[in-house]
Amino acid sequence: MVINAVKLLARPSDAQIWEALAEVPDPEMPVVNLVELGIVREIGWVEDALRVTITPTFAACPAYEVMGADIAARLRRLGIERIEVQVRQAPAWTSEWITEEARLKLKAAGLAPPPHHQGELIQVLLAPVACPRCSSTKTSLRNSFGTTPCRMIYTCDDCREPFEQFKPL
Amino acid sequence: MNETQTKALAAYLVALADDELILGHRDSEWTGHAPILEEDIAFANLALDEIGHARLWYELAADLMGVERARFPDRQVYFRPAADFRCLQFVELPKGDWAFSMLRQYLFDAFEQHRLARLVKSEYQPLADVAARIRTEEIYHLRHTRAWVPRLGLGTEESRARMQAALDELWPYAQALGAPLPGELELEEEGLVPGGGSLFAVWSAEVTSLLKEASASTSFADNEVEADRAVHSEYFPALIADLQEVAQLDPAAQW
Repeated sequence: MVINAVKLLARPSDAQIWEALAEVPDPEMPVVNLVELGIVREIGWVEDALRVTITPTFAACPAYEVMGADIAARLRRLGIERIEVQVRQAPAWTSEWITEEARLKLKAAGLAPPPHHQGELIQVLLAPVACPRCSSTKTSLRNSFGTTPCRMIYTCDDCREPFEQFKPL
Repeated sequence: MNETQTKALAAYLVALADDELILGHRDSEWTGHAPILEEDIAFANLALDEIGHARLWYELAADLMGVERARFPDRQVYFRPAADFRCLQFVELPKGDWAFSMLRQYLFDAFEQHRLARLVKSEYQPLADVAARIRTEEIYHLRHTRAWVPRLGLGTEESRARMQAALDELWPYAQALGAPLPGELELEEEGLVPGGGSLFAVWSAEVTSLLKEASASTSFADNEVEADRAVHSEYFPALIADLQEVAQLDPAAQW
């Protein structure tokens, strides 16, 4: 009993846990973290284990195992011994979950942030995409597929630079 | 759902998963071999997505069968005899030339988009949720493959000829897309899944119209369609042997 009570008292608060999670960078886009991308959905204690629920951006995102390992490593530094990372596929991840701050960070890193779409994905795909470097909207889609499932490739017709856009989803 | 429907839905989902898996496998054969770098990247992504979608369908089937979902997809993919797969011959055909693979992907994606639009309304909520996830990702597939049909058809004499040859070979096999999946007839009445026949008519009109715009000839002979998913093509045993070889060398290996 006493030991259990001590354990409970020693637990980091939810705020501390979220703060630590916000220090875990996305493995493929390390300028943003897993919380501001909307990938970490929920935390909760199941007896003495902390369960972290994540929703990968794409169903086949190959980075989710690395994310789980990175999350566990960071939380262990808070003194949490048992961490269970659970992958939840539904409701599906949407780019609407990316925070405004994260969008600015993506843009500063040369990655065009996904436009807001309110569920009207096909409509938004017809709109011009602004170059993250020179802000010109004279840009051309080169490939709907990029170096990761969640990105696509454009070139800017003004500054002539290639760039990637985070896919609206 | 009663027990019969649960079983039927599991079989339906395994068939959907098998189509995605085998098409993804064929797509992956382009990795490092596509005619241009952008398409190499595109096909690698298409393959990854399809195989990821297969996993989602297998996991749903595992839940219905009451088996552990974590290990079920690998068991199905690496340790199931070829005869137990329920994919269409349409997805089994060798990758052919790049026009063939592109056109097959387009025909499949166009059909799948119609099926997903109905599956998101399934009375079985977990199925509707997974369908919603896959549907948005598939928008990118269809946008890509749709754009290539007129490029091939209206490009050069050679690209047009290759697309026409691909179409002539694929079309009879593509007819099986509309054939009922395992369990479909029992499930359609309950609003759990759509009937493939009704999707097929919409799909056929849509793809024929795009193909005509791309100057393809769409008059085909009435060929016999092998719609029985238990009957596989001559190419399938080699595909499965290739897919399962490494895993079966040491079934107990930890990855």
